[in-house]
Amino acid sequence: MSQLHQISAGFLPLLDSAVLVVARELGFAANEGIDLHLTRENSWASIRDRLAVGHFNVAHMLAPMPIACNLGLTPLAARTIAPMALGLGGNAVTVSRALWDEMLAQDAAPDLDPRSTGTSLAAVVAGRKAAGKPPLRFGVVHPHSGHNYELRYWLAACGVDPERDIEIVIVPPSFMADALGARRIDGYCVGEPWNTAAVAKGVGRIATTKAGIWRSSPEKVLGVAAEWAEEQSGALSALLRALYRAATWCGDGGNHGELAQLMARPGFVDCPAEWLKPALTGLIRTGDGGEVATADFFVPHAKAATFPWKSHALWFYSQMARWGQIEATPANEAVARETYRPDLYRQALRDLGVALPGANAKVEGALVTKTPVGSAGASLVLGPDGFFDGQVFDPDRVEAYIRGQLPAGLKA
Amino acid sequence: MLTSALRILVIDENRIRAAIIEAGLREAGHSEVTLVDDVTGIAARIAAVQPDVIVIDIENPNRDMLESIFQLSRAVKRPIAMFVDRSDTASIEAAVDAGVSAYVVDGLKKERVKPILDMAISRFNAFSRMERELEEARTELESRKTVERAKGILMKSRGFSEQEAYALLRKTAMNQNRKIGDVAQSLVTAAGLLGAGDDQ
Repeated sequence: MSQLHQISAGFLPLLDSAVLVVARELGFAANEGIDLHLTRENSWASIRDRLAVGHFNVAHMLAPMPIACNLGLTPLAARTIAPMALGLGGNAVTVSRALWDEMLAQDAAPDLDPRSTGTSLAAVVAGRKAAGKPPLRFGVVHPHSGHNYELRYWLAACGVDPERDIEIVIVPPSFMADALGARRIDGYCVGEPWNTAAVAKGVGRIATTKAGIWRSSPEKVLGVAAEWAEEQSGALSALLRALYRAATWCGDGGNHGELAQLMARPGFVDCPAEWLKPALTGLIRTGDGGEVATADFFVPHAKAATFPWKSHALWFYSQMARWGQIEATPANEAVARETYRPDLYRQALRDLGVALPGANAKVEGALVTKTPVGSAGASLVLGPDGFFDGQVFDPDRVEAYIRGQLPAGLKA
Repeated sequence: MLTSALRILVIDENRIRAAIIEAGLREAGHSEVTLVDDVTGIAARIAAVQPDVIVIDIENPNRDMLESIFQLSRAVKRPIAMFVDRSDTASIEAAVDAGVSAYVVDGLKKERVKPILDMAISRFNAFSRMERELEEARTELESRKTVERAKGILMKSRGFSEQEAYALLRKTAMNQNRKIGDVAQSLVTAAGLLGAGDDQ
C-alpha cells in the first residue's frame, strides 16, 4: 500500500466489537493500508469523551449513541456519524433464578419465546404490586442503548409499564452477572457474553433474546467523528472496506472457533472462549440445563448486517421520543435520519462487487420470510425481521408510530 | 453577598489518588469535601451530600451509571451536567488526557468550577507521573536482582570472579545492543532450562 492511514478506535469488551478486532488482528485493515490502533475502554461515556477530543477517530458504539450525541442528549459530544453498522442482534434478557421460578409458576415457556416469558413476567409484576412488594429492578447498559429500548418495548407490549411497574438502572455490561448474583438487580438486558456469564456462574436464567423481540435488529454501529470523516474521507472508505471484509470473515461459521479464541483474549473481551460460543452458534444455553437454537441470534454479516439503515436510526429516535428522552419534532427527526450515512457506506464499497441495498430505509417488521430485495452488485436476501408483537415501523410515518405508542391517556 | 462553600464529592476507586485530590482541594480552601471509593448506593450518598461539584476519574467503569443518576435521579434536586467550557477546548482535552472529569450542578458559575477542575487535572497528572516513576524504580530493582543472579551463575559455572562475570555481561550487552538486564534475564532463563547453576 502506498499510503498508511493511522486510525485510532475505541471499543468495549463485548462480542460485537469483533468486526473491529478482526479487522486489525487478521490483517484486513493492514491490507487496506490502515494502521488500526484499538483501545479498550471501560464505559460508553469514556468512548464518547475520547471521540470528542480526538483521541479516537472512530469507535464501537451503541447504535442510538451517535443520534443522542447529535441531539445534544449527552454531556459532551462531537458531531458523530454512523456510516456502518457492526452487526444485528447479539443481546438477551436474563433474570435471576428466583425471578425465573416466579415466572415458571406463571407458565413461562422454556424456549425463550418473548410472548410467553413476557406475559408471565407481567403476571409476576402484577402479583408483586398487589402484594405491596417493591418493584423489580432491571439493569441496562446505557439510557441510549438498544438494550434499554428493546427491554422497554418487550415489557410494554406484554402489559408492563417500564416507567412505573419496574425500575430500570444502569450497570456496566461485565458487572451484570455479579449484580444479579448479589441481588442488586432482578434481571437485565445486555450483549453477549454477559448473559452466558450469568448462566456459567449459575446465577441467572435467560428469559428471551433480542432476536426474539425484534429479529434482525440493529445493535452497534461504527461511530465516526464527523469532522474527521470529512477531512479523511479516503481513510474512512478504506476502513469501511476493511470492516466489511472482517464482518464477512466473522459471519463464516467455519471461523467461529478461531473467532471465539481471539475475542476471549485478555486484551479483548477477557473471558473463557466457551462463553462466546453460544452467541456465535445461536445455541443458547438457557441456564437450567437446556439449549435453545435461536435463529439469527447474532448476525455479523448476512442480511446486510453492516448496512446503516436510516429506518434503524428513525426507530431509535421514535423510542427516544416514546420514553421522554427527546421531544418529537420534525427537526429532531431530521437529525436522527441524517446521523446514519448509507451514502458513505455505498461509496466505500461500490467497487467491491458486493450486495448493496438499493434503498436507504425499509419498513421494519414487514418481512415474514427471507426475501430477495433490490440491490446493486451481488444478490441480497433480507429478513425475516418481525417484531414479536406483529407491529411494523414505517420510516415514512414516524410521527404516527410515536403517537400510536403513547399511553392511551396521552393520545391526542 | 458571601458565596457559600462548595460541596465537592470525589468519586475515585483509587483511594490514594482520591486522597491526593482531597488534599489539593483543602489546600485551595475547600472544606466540604467527601471521598467515595465504592459506588454501591451512590444515589443515596449524592442525596445526602447534595454536592455542587463531582469529580470522577474517567476510567471509572460506572461512569455511565453515574451520569444517568445525575440526569434522572429524584435524589438530585438540581440537575448535574458535565462541566464543559465550550469556549475552552484546550481545557476539555487536558481533562480527558489527564483522565478526570467534573460534573457540576445547574447554574454554578464557570469561574468557581474552573480552578477545581484545573487542580484535579494537575493532581491526576502528578499521580500518573508518580505511578510511572514507581514502576520504573520497580523495574530497575528487578533488573539489578537479575544481574546479581546472572553473575552468580557465571561465577559458579565458569569459575569467574564477580568482576569478570559482570564484565562479560556488559560486553555481551554492548555487542548485542541490548540492556544488561535483558542479557542477564536471558542467561537466567537459559540456565533454568538447562538446570545449571542457579539455585532458585
